[in-house]
Amino acid sequence: MARELAPTSAPDAPRAVPAAPSARAQLVRRFLLPPIAFIAIVLLWQAIISIFSVPPYIIPTPASVARTLVVQRGVLWINAVPTIFESLGGFLLGNIVAIATAVAFVNSKTLERTFYPLAVAIRTVPIVAISPILVLLLGNGYAPKVAIAALITFFPTLVNMVQGLQAADAQALELMHVMSASKSETFRYVRWPSSLPYLFAALRVASTSSVLGAIVAEWIGSNRGLGYLIVLTTFDFRTALLYSAMVLASAIALAFFLFISILEWAVVRWER
Amino acid sequence: MVFPTPGGPLQALDNVALHIRRGEFVSLIGPSGCGKSTLLRLIADVIHPTKGAIEVRSAPPGRARLAREFGFVFQQPGLLVWRDALANVSLPLEVGGWGRRHTPPHRPEELLELVGLRGFERTYPRQLSGGMQQRVAIARALVTGPPILLMDEPFGALDEITRDHLNQELLRIWRATGTTILFVTHSIPEAVFLSGRVLVFSPRPGRIVEEIEVDLPLPRQASIKDAPEFSRHTAAVRRALAGGA
Repeated sequence: MARELAPTSAPDAPRAVPAAPSARAQLVRRFLLPPIAFIAIVLLWQAIISIFSVPPYIIPTPASVARTLVVQRGVLWINAVPTIFESLGGFLLGNIVAIATAVAFVNSKTLERTFYPLAVAIRTVPIVAISPILVLLLGNGYAPKVAIAALITFFPTLVNMVQGLQAADAQALELMHVMSASKSETFRYVRWPSSLPYLFAALRVASTSSVLGAIVAEWIGSNRGLGYLIVLTTFDFRTALLYSAMVLASAIALAFFLFISILEWAVVRWER
Repeated sequence: MVFPTPGGPLQALDNVALHIRRGEFVSLIGPSGCGKSTLLRLIADVIHPTKGAIEVRSAPPGRARLAREFGFVFQQPGLLVWRDALANVSLPLEVGGWGRRHTPPHRPEELLELVGLRGFERTYPRQLSGGMQQRVAIARALVTGPPILLMDEPFGALDEITRDHLNQELLRIWRATGTTILFVTHSIPEAVFLSGRVLVFSPRPGRIVEEIEVDLPLPRQASIKDAPEFSRHTAAVRRALAGGA
């Protein structure tokens, strides 16, 4: 392991922490650079419209999108609520099923051999192709949207979780054996905690893709939701509202992502 | 002891007979792959012998394992990185509810102090050096007060300065606790410095080719390594290793 080979200043001293950049440089990097990048993109957007005189029904100006976000907030909110619930429901369902499946796989090689290929097969079917099938099966309500958001989050979490549960330190597992630990103790004390960094990596991906899944599901057979609003405004050339819906959708995904990151920070304390 | 491998059965150990007395410090030394670690894992009931029998305190190894009669220190510390040093040391008390059913002979804090890590109770493994992590692993192995300590090249991954330092600490801990220690190593000076008896293994299949008594006085200081008696012992081990090869 590289850790043991790392030179230490004194033979047996606590490991030195790599020299951190100054606190100010860190603050600038963390809190100043992202807004600067955002502003630069908005300026570029405006510049393209001005230089090529793009008509507003093709690309609206940043100012008009901002105005629409405020003026049309009622319409946007009514459509955001179902999308939020569908994403959340799909996120929870998909991840819980994925975690349970991973635990089953790790406990039974037979189950893994039998169903892993099936899980991969499900993954290869495009979501856009599955959604009409699910609408036919589950109707026009929340169910097909939740199912699609769940489906899109299921696979990455399953793969990561299986890997995480198997990534437990071999020596730690042998230690559990020497201590005559039961299978459930080995799971609780070693396998589960060592899988958490892998799980959170998957949850971060799932947090944004569940919103994507919900929106794609709303494209067909629905009359509410940001996905529905996006399709409707595209056909009506209400481009400013279309862009506003997009901005709102990514704001929701970003909020989910931030929430998961904060949760990870609080749970996976040992990695910081 | 025969292992099935993709290339056919592999005989790791052959006709090994040894008896270890209570409170002894015995080292096993031999070339890589001679089955020293295999022997340790047989004693610890991690694997089962294909032929022959092992008794740990007059009982089969499985019974000794259930009764927690030995602590095991691996080549890598194998600490749980999400637990701080103190929580790692108390792990054996939690598993199987051992700490609730028995009175632990030492508190985890005392053991951290014994291995020289006072003040590091709340430190996570990633903030500890390799040597300090191995000390935590030793404290963890001792927390249930086992009569036997099995150590599989515990200092093999450390630099020589840290290793010398920990060797001395280990002798001190051995004398303080009275634990029987069976110690696997690749290092001739380490084996001679620590042990009362060095068992020299032949290359695979491992057999004990020679048993060397080390009658250097206790307690031993690092300076003993420069003494002529020390060199006499290391030379004897080296000759035995060369003879077995």
